[in-house]
Amino acid sequence: MTSTIQKPLVEVRGLKVDFLTAKGLFTAVKGVDFTIDRGEVLGLAGESGSGKSTIALALMRLHRPPAIISEGSITVDGEDVLAMPESRLRQWRWSSVSMVFQSAMNSLNPVLTIFEQFRDVIVQHTGKTRQQARERAEELLTMIGIAPSRLDDYPHQLSGGMRQRVVLAIALALDPKLIIMDEPTTALDVVVQREILEEIVALKDKFGFAILFITHDLALMGQFADRIAIMLEGRLVEVAPSAQLIANPQHDYTRRLWGSMPLLTRVPA
Amino acid sequence: MTQSNVLLRIEGATKSFHLKPMFGAAHEVVALNNITIGIEAGKALAVVGESGSGKSTLGRAVTRLFPLTSGTIRFKGKDIAELTSRAEKLSYLRSVQMVFQDPFSALNPAHTIQHHLERPLMLHRSLHGAALVAAVREVLADVELDPEVTLHKYPHELSGGQRQRVNLARALAVGAELIIADEPTSMLDVSIRRSVLDLMRRMKETRSIAFLYITHDIATAQFIADDIAIMYAGQVVEWGKPERVIGNPQHPYTKLLLSAVPDPNVRLDGGGSKAFAREAEAVRAICRTASGSVLETEPGHFVRQVGSVA
Ligand SMILES: Nc1ncnc2c1ncn2[C@@H]1O[C@H](COP(=O)(O)OP(=O)(O)OP(=O)(O)O)[C@@H](O)[C@H]1O
Ligand SMILES: Nc1ncnc2c1ncn2[C@@H]1O[C@H](COP(=O)(O)OP(=O)(O)OP(=O)(O)O)[C@@H](O)[C@H]1O
Ligand SMILES: [Mg+2]
Ligand SMILES: [Mg+2]
Repeated sequence: MTSTIQKPLVEVRGLKVDFLTAKGLFTAVKGVDFTIDRGEVLGLAGESGSGKSTIALALMRLHRPPAIISEGSITVDGEDVLAMPESRLRQWRWSSVSMVFQSAMNSLNPVLTIFEQFRDVIVQHTGKTRQQARERAEELLTMIGIAPSRLDDYPHQLSGGMRQRVVLAIALALDPKLIIMDEPTTALDVVVQREILEEIVALKDKFGFAILFITHDLALMGQFADRIAIMLEGRLVEVAPSAQLIANPQHDYTRRLWGSMPLLTRVPA
Repeated sequence: MTQSNVLLRIEGATKSFHLKPMFGAAHEVVALNNITIGIEAGKALAVVGESGSGKSTLGRAVTRLFPLTSGTIRFKGKDIAELTSRAEKLSYLRSVQMVFQDPFSALNPAHTIQHHLERPLMLHRSLHGAALVAAVREVLADVELDPEVTLHKYPHELSGGQRQRVNLARALAVGAELIIADEPTSMLDVSIRRSVLDLMRRMKETRSIAFLYITHDIATAQFIADDIAIMYAGQVVEWGKPERVIGNPQHPYTKLLLSAVPDPNVRLDGGGSKAFAREAEAVRAICRTASGSVLETEPGHFVRQVGSVA
């Protein structure tokens, strides 16, 4: 084994993201360091507006003006992401790193059928035929629990949760090394959520991809993430293995987060 | 439920969608299958259930986004399909507000937050000038957004959670009697989620606003609701007081749902997935056929019997 195997898959150092707004500079991410190992699930939780989605977009260089990465470095699988030329970037996205966007159910193109959206990603990156793409799409859809007969539906004909599952399946389509999931299951019922996440764990064990998992559901985070990072106002205030962060939170904000979570109370008959 | 307090009464509501894809065979989706349920003034009904079971369709039917295939929806005793005059329709649209599952869709990217809040206040409450400015600030403060920072921003300049709070502020602004809140808090961090739930509860208790609260988060349903309905495949399969339905679940789908609520101390593992997925599939198989007969297992706690014919 070479030493690159030992190195983390993702290395983020001193990442700073600014928004150049009409009213001046707003720094949404204020110098953030973290790593993600191969096959690891890193959870990212924290305040709304603290910069989680901004980090996710920056990792894939999908951030758009007025956002700029003003400082720091991002390395994924030994490649300097910030130095990649556009051509490499286009090829790298989706095949090496894919993303499920927050509010993913609206990231589908409303004028294309579900199959056409799979086809776009699969054919562009793999050179598979339309028929092969169809087979792969059917396989992926079945995996996430939607009847393949719905491949020819348009997004608005599916429920929010079904659309969310479709977006997840598209992110899995090309066996990437890292999948960024920005609240991937918020629109799903807990039964389907559990089935999909267990399926993702099984796929992860099989293919070895890593996950950056953003959610507001702390209980789910504890079940799914290996380590959890807590964000507050553009900074990471605490990073620790899940069990430790749950049992023994160090930062005051982390403690407050756990404290405000409404818990299900079940008084049996 | 005493007849006099009923604000919204849904009777035998059925909605089918006909899908005619460009390729493949036409098919029909029965999104709502003979739903009967009511909400009293100032009370919250939580609707939880399977993804795709018809929860949003139910909410959209109440806002008159489309007509039912059969059945009726009455608001204060009046069939909403029979509202004819412009004044009647406008008044209904003011009384029944929807906060969407997704905070991105409901805001116009070309307008500032100030514009989004001023419009309903002018239209429905006829506010202008200093009173308008004050009212805008008040609703923003109600949802814990800083007016100084937020007023002049455009929707894309806010985070997901911040946008959802603007949507709630807008429903507040018009002074609704019934708010259909479709997953309003799932994109909010837990501390804000808690404050929004507290706010909804306050609106309910002090202003007597009723809620149809659609959610996947059963803990928050328990927190806010006076009644809970569990939906599966277009039907309400179990309903009653939250403490009874959650404490003493009877329907196999309700039991499955409760067993899947995330517990931070139980790790998800790929190996175990087959067991849970098999159990879920078995429950779906027995629940798939629609059922007609309903049993009152304890006072006010109703369960649809599995296996009986609709
Ligand atoms: N285009 C933009 N212009 C100016 N500010 C922006 C823009 N996009 C985001 N912001 C600001 O950047 C900050 C970080 O936003 P981001 O979407 O990363 O938060 P988040 O942690 O993902 O929140 P949430 O949990 O609510 O999704 C917020 O304060 C937001 O208002
Ligand atoms: N406009 C439409 N055309 C065709 N089918 C539709 C339409 N709207 C909803 N459906 C179908 O009706 C069913 C119920 O959808 P609905 O959106 O009400 O589910 P839901 O319970 O809100 O699900 P989720 O929890 O995922 O949001 C689904 O099978 C959906 O595909
Ligand atoms: Mg976000
Ligand atoms: Mg819905």
